[in-house]
Amino acid sequence: MAEIDNEKKDKVLELLHTDCRISLEQMSTMLAMPAEEVADIIDTLEKEGVILGYGARINRDKAYGSSTVTAYIELRVMPQRTRGFDRIAERIYQFPEVKAVNLMSGSYDFGITVEAKNIREISLFVSEHLAPMESVVGTATHFVLKRYKYDGLICCKPDKDEREVISL
Amino acid sequence: MSLDINSILNPVVRDIPPSGIRKFFDIAAEMDDAISLGVGEPDFVTPWHIRDEGIYSLEKGMTYYTSNAGLKELRAEICAYLNRRFSLSYDPLTQVLVTVGGSEAIDLCIRSIIQNGDEVIIPEPCFVCYKPITQLAGGVPVTIETKAENDFRLTADELRSAITPNTKLLILPFPNNPTGGIMSRSDLYELAEVLRGTDIIILADEIYAELTYGDEKHFSIAQIPEMYERTVLVSGFSKAYAMTGWRLGYACGHPALIKAMTKVHQFAIMSAPTTAQYAAIEALKNGDDDIEMMRAEYDMRRRVIVQGFNDMGLSCFEPKGAFYAFPCIKSTGLSSDEFCERCLCEKKVAVIPGNAFGSSGEGFIRCSYAYSIENINEALNRIEAFVKHR
Repeated sequence: MAEIDNEKKDKVLELLHTDCRISLEQMSTMLAMPAEEVADIIDTLEKEGVILGYGARINRDKAYGSSTVTAYIELRVMPQRTRGFDRIAERIYQFPEVKAVNLMSGSYDFGITVEAKNIREISLFVSEHLAPMESVVGTATHFVLKRYKYDGLICCKPDKDEREVISL
Repeated sequence: MSLDINSILNPVVRDIPPSGIRKFFDIAAEMDDAISLGVGEPDFVTPWHIRDEGIYSLEKGMTYYTSNAGLKELRAEICAYLNRRFSLSYDPLTQVLVTVGGSEAIDLCIRSIIQNGDEVIIPEPCFVCYKPITQLAGGVPVTIETKAENDFRLTADELRSAITPNTKLLILPFPNNPTGGIMSRSDLYELAEVLRGTDIIILADEIYAELTYGDEKHFSIAQIPEMYERTVLVSGFSKAYAMTGWRLGYACGHPALIKAMTKVHQFAIMSAPTTAQYAAIEALKNGDDDIEMMRAEYDMRRRVIVQGFNDMGLSCFEPKGAFYAFPCIKSTGLSSDEFCERCLCEKKVAVIPGNAFGSSGEGFIRCSYAYSIENINEALNRIEAFVKHR
């Protein structure tokens, strides 16, 4: 299959990011592309690892019966000889409670998002798993108090149409 | 109550019929779980950087009137914008008037030109204001019924046959509400041939100029050199920047016309809202990307709604501008009014009868796609169910 231009890929990704349950037919209409072409693009994006998965974005604060504590941890490390930061990152992201790991510029090295059932679990994770790692020089743990916006979506969004009746 | 107010009212005002657009909204507003494709304004909120500039102007205490014609900086930005987007040249000091929405500019233009017996040519279907404003000014509306087979464009022949010695003004409302029709460059050159050598002024209502789809960008009749002098270009911020509630528009044209319109404006309005003017400067300076983002979004919805109507057997020509689809409902055997009323009562979806925009809109309905895709899909499902099981 011929190289797909990036503009098309971007459009497909944008639609899937907004609603991954959208049908091929609907995407085909919205993008003025044949459904087969859209399917091919999605296929390629999946194979290339651009699309990692499809999932709902959940407002945990509202989810019935679920209680989750989220923490953002700043981690300072000593990069390992010849393996740099990657080896450390690989060790960190193995833990299932770690939801995101990013190498950062600035005053610390890794920004880590951790989710657990309560503050105690996160404390244990930091004190027993993260801090003792030999390359780790220091940690700073920040707990999330309230989530306002998440992955581009406003959490407490009113879905009412505020437009009033007007002759137009 | 002893006063008979109705007998005191100006008969022209008294006899203006109630809006056919509002009727269905008012019914829909009373219904639970009614959904609508009726609203003719963007569903986007004004981009934050524009709102922020408005707020900042308030923080700085910019709460005075502006000059009658509007902030000088805003007028300069309007000229720069029109030059950047449409290669039009206007002098900010003498050729631009900032108004309360495009609507005020339309009112000013008609009132500045029209007196008793003057004829105003109005291609229909169109936005509902031109006819009553003409009548209020003592003028005579001469409507032209544009045709579905011409994609609701105004043709040179139609224009030629409507012109009389009393014709003073031609309204040119494209991209069009309610049809979504546009006039291409060559269409406009053909009209220019008809108008050359006459004294007819053109009121080009180009409020939807930024919302055109497909390869062809909007072309203004003012871009035709011989038409420039006689064209009053009316536009505004409502549709392009999702700024409806700010109430800000403008008119550009011949200095003598703008001067006359400014006279009327200064007595009726004094000056357009100051906060909105500061926000509008930001919109023009840094809002091109916002326009493109919204346009791309409307374009996707447009394809969905047009495809949806055609799939259910309501033929819908491809609207190339604004954010309306105008499908034909003649195949149902219902009038526009009946269709809209029954659709609302039986399936709880509000659309606007085409004849609310002039008698040539009979047999059509106006459906706005300034709604989320989910809303559009749900409305299409309900309309389809109505059409199938009628």
